[in-house]
Amino acid sequence: MGDLTHLTISELQAGFRKGDFTPADAVRALEARIQAVDPQIGAFLARDFDSALAAAKKADVSQPLGGVPIGIKDAINVLGEQCTCASKILAGYKAPYDATVIARLKAAGAIPFGRLNLDEFAMGSSTENSAYQITKNPWDPTRIPGGSSGGSAAAVSARMAYATLGSDTGGSIRQPASLCGVVGLKPSYGRVSRYGLVAFASSLDQIGPFARSTRDCASLLSVMAGKDPHDSTSLDLPPEDFTSRMTGDLRGIRLGIPREYFVDGMDPRVRAKVEEAIKTCETLGAELVEVSLPHTEYAIGVYYIIATAEASANLARFDGVRYGHRAKNPTDLLDHYRRSREEGFGSEVKRRIILGTYVLSSGYYDAYYLRAQKVRTLIRQDFTRAFETVDALVCPTSPDLAFKIGERVNDPLRMYLADIFTIAANLAGICGISVPCGLVEEKGTSLPVGLQFLGKPLDESRLLGIADAYEQAGAKEILAQIP
Amino acid sequence: MSSPNLDVRDVARLARIELTDKETDTFQSQLGSVLEYVEQLGKLDLTGVEPTAHANPIFNVFREDAVEPGLRREAVLANAPQSANNLVLVTKVLE
Repeated sequence: MGDLTHLTISELQAGFRKGDFTPADAVRALEARIQAVDPQIGAFLARDFDSALAAAKKADVSQPLGGVPIGIKDAINVLGEQCTCASKILAGYKAPYDATVIARLKAAGAIPFGRLNLDEFAMGSSTENSAYQITKNPWDPTRIPGGSSGGSAAAVSARMAYATLGSDTGGSIRQPASLCGVVGLKPSYGRVSRYGLVAFASSLDQIGPFARSTRDCASLLSVMAGKDPHDSTSLDLPPEDFTSRMTGDLRGIRLGIPREYFVDGMDPRVRAKVEEAIKTCETLGAELVEVSLPHTEYAIGVYYIIATAEASANLARFDGVRYGHRAKNPTDLLDHYRRSREEGFGSEVKRRIILGTYVLSSGYYDAYYLRAQKVRTLIRQDFTRAFETVDALVCPTSPDLAFKIGERVNDPLRMYLADIFTIAANLAGICGISVPCGLVEEKGTSLPVGLQFLGKPLDESRLLGIADAYEQAGAKEILAQIP
Repeated sequence: MSSPNLDVRDVARLARIELTDKETDTFQSQLGSVLEYVEQLGKLDLTGVEPTAHANPIFNVFREDAVEPGLRREAVLANAPQSANNLVLVTKVLE
């Protein structure tokens, strides 16, 4: 039977259906791999092999995802399981319901399995802000896996999961996918219900998949997408098979290269790999067009106003009343709130709540929040204009390779700048995907580089078709070298 | 900068978070740099630009005003820091 952990979901399902092996075998293979590798990587905050095995034994492999285990970021509610958001304030919390994506995955036969580490409340780019543990990059354990969905990316990269779910508010799926050498998809805003994802910045958050192939991400999205009465921002669209446009070539596709995404200051080795990948796209038949997104330089500023403002409102619910940490022996209600939140939240979360509260406060709202919302309009218009002449954009996912653990923890602004190529997509509500496009030798280890494709709102089928064509030609070997 | 207007201690009070003196000082300087960075938004002429709150143009999503099943009481109370008689115990609100 061999080591099943190398398989993609499509390969796994083919094996299930032919009877070569069973979902229980697939879970046992993960168990062995996790026990061997996770003590060094630290991707999982919790896992329950017994219940996954029990579900696997009952699985119907004829279902769309029958018997496929899927790892879950510890910010998405799965009935009866912990959902800590890697925060002390939610220590011991047990989800009283399934998030809509989880209900949809379960209905398709998938097995949600394990709780994956993240930056506390998804605030960060390195997973170092977890209150529980540091997750290491499987390619080099002295380096960060990216974030905030670092556990989800590292688990797929280290073959401790066939696929996982993460959430992307400013790049939290695409950036760790890039740094861990796997595929990560951020759907368009409104494509996937956010119900049951603990809210960080509600106008930016989207749930999306990580996998070791674009096709697997597409299969998961086909199940996850759809209107949900519990999320009024989810869009009512007909079901789609997101693998339907995987033709393997790029003839007739116009790919835009945004000038502002090739800036001084990015790692020249990243740039070289991305430029090589763009040439591969041309070889596959794509027509390359240089485009401009003139307001790119403002995206990070806009993001850190809007995201923190929304976070300060969303995280007001953590007040130690109905759930979560409550300080002992409060002198009065104000003391109860202030100490519960002081004891429960970590530094980055406090920093962002303070910033968000400030930009919304009386006298500063117009200068910061309203102004940021107007610049958001300009950023969105940049993409609308670019998409009038091209089918998708191609650019780097991250300006850097995975950096060393501890290197940026004391410099929040520098950490924020790492998200420069991913943030604008969330502000504009468009879809994006990161696919591995090369390995760079760095002090004796190989580190992956990600190529990002950005698509029009709700144009995931085409985006995934383009990413798959590139993957077949340019990424297969990298995906095969996963450590 | 600068950001002479940001008083972390005061904002923390609004946000209902107790901060240590050390945290207050660290945040004052770190958030000062972040605010200095976002000052760049001031360079743009935004006359006539409408704000975007949300990437999709959806407004006022209505549903029938019908009762739907909620969460199970035991599951909800199991997460409460303190409970008694099927109710959440809270810190005294009124003197």
